[in-house]
Amino acid sequence: MVASDIDIDVAEGELTAVIGINGVGKSTFLRTISGIQPALSGRILINAEAREDIPPQQLAKLISLVLTEQPLSKNLSVAELVALGRQPYTNWIGTLSAEDRKMVKNALALVNIEDLQNKKCYELSDGQLQKVLIARALAQDTKMMILDEPTSHLDMYHKAQVLKLLKQLSNQTGKAIIFATHEINLALQLCDKIILMKPGEVIQGVPKQLIQKGHFESIFPSDLIVFDPETETFRIKT
Amino acid sequence: MQSSRPYIISLLVLLLCTVGAWFLNISLGSVNIPFGEVLTVLFSSEAENSNWQYIIMEYRIPKALTSVLAGSGLAVSGMLMQTMFRNPLAGPYVLGLSSGASLGVALVLMGASLFGGLAGSVLFSSWGLVLASSLGSLLVLLAVMLASVRLKDTMAILIIGLMFASLSSAVVSVLAYFSPAAQLQQYVFWSYGSVGDLSWTELGVLSIFWTSGIAIALFSIKNLNSLLLGEQYARSLGMNIGRNRALLIISTSLLAGSITAFAGPIAFVGLAVPHLIRQVVPGNDHKILLPAVIFGGAILMLLCDIVAQLPGSEHTLPINAITSLVGAPVVIWLLVRKRKFIF
Repeated sequence: MVASDIDIDVAEGELTAVIGINGVGKSTFLRTISGIQPALSGRILINAEAREDIPPQQLAKLISLVLTEQPLSKNLSVAELVALGRQPYTNWIGTLSAEDRKMVKNALALVNIEDLQNKKCYELSDGQLQKVLIARALAQDTKMMILDEPTSHLDMYHKAQVLKLLKQLSNQTGKAIIFATHEINLALQLCDKIILMKPGEVIQGVPKQLIQKGHFESIFPSDLIVFDPETETFRIKT
Repeated sequence: MQSSRPYIISLLVLLLCTVGAWFLNISLGSVNIPFGEVLTVLFSSEAENSNWQYIIMEYRIPKALTSVLAGSGLAVSGMLMQTMFRNPLAGPYVLGLSSGASLGVALVLMGASLFGGLAGSVLFSSWGLVLASSLGSLLVLLAVMLASVRLKDTMAILIIGLMFASLSSAVVSVLAYFSPAAQLQQYVFWSYGSVGDLSWTELGVLSIFWTSGIAIALFSIKNLNSLLLGEQYARSLGMNIGRNRALLIISTSLLAGSITAFAGPIAFVGLAVPHLIRQVVPGNDHKILLPAVIFGGAILMLLCDIVAQLPGSEHTLPINAITSLVGAPVVIWLLVRKRKFIF
């Protein structure tokens, strides 16, 4: 059973988490918005324009992506990888202009990884690589950034670090940032908005509201874990 | 992000090596011609010995030019396939081109006895084998293209290419089993590969294919760089995956298909040169890699051809064997030394 009748909207400067059980369609949803996958049904409007009507070159200037487990070349240096975010703006052979170089530099600075720029990607830890991928998306200079489980391989500290970074980026750059995550506890503390995907139902709201209305109790089957509204965390049923 | 100067120096060094290998290739051969005379023939085209003049103008120069075109073309198509499939083991022949060509040639050479005289009349004209091998490649290519339109997954295309290769080599085996020894030998000689049999006209045709293939590769540089991030990121950067995939397949087919048609299947160059070049030239930008791989392929092929000629002797070794004999140990040595093989 997957989520259906999704009707949500996101605004600039907001950090939004997409939460739901495995297989409910979080990735499909995010991939559909971002245009790397055609919509199964329905319409996606970006700045009131239907997504299908926006040419891919134009869409690349509106939405940037951070995906996990992509077969990207680990032989790329950090600077090279981040610079590839400028592809929608460069000429036919991909020459970086002064403006492009400035944007790459800014992106590296925003994520605070300037000291990594000459490293090769195979030398990076998972957490560092995740930041590099976020910097690449920043260099793409889009109004909206979409991340598919950006914290999935990280330890708890680095999970928090990456999500904190996203929060800070949405404040600083005014981008609308949407990410799918399983880190419900962290998302509740950091996000402006949460999109809850349940089979057959999608609810969008401010974390506090969603908790008050008891929406978290029904995300997962209730035989193993329960949501404790007091501490805003899930606990194993005893 | 780094300044482009180190790249320019690497490229200049590679260019000089290519020119050096070219002169070396022309001056060495089974007939011993003094280097001074070679230069005289090249630049004033009048030598004391008219035999030498003939050898150089009609044999060695076309052979050296063929080596340059074949080596660089195969190397570029290898690079395109490695980037497209995100697989360091991909080469120009992963799409089944060489097996298609082999099948075409095998059908003409060995099938002639089975199908009667129809093929026989075309067969021994100099264009017979070229035609057969082109048709074979084209057939396999069309099949792969049809499959690639239906398939969303690039890896599946790789597997389909390999399956076509197995299919056609199976048919070749069956044909070989029923063929008389003479025809079988002819086929075996073709499969050795040769850069020495091209006339100036044939060289002209080959260079047209080469130029169009390289031109497509040139216009794909930006998309090749996007593909370093994987197809999904490339798409999110505004790239049209389907069109780009078709362009890369066409470029590879023009290059590898025409080279196989004229020079036979030449192993190893397409697979190895991109790796060798990555050891020499830093960075992953295809702006730099493309010219570097062109030079690298030309150098390797020119040197292998020198070895195959066994300078001073009357024998010529199969070029297909030499490319592997010379190249494979080099790659192994480089990898062992670097201890790292990251694509």
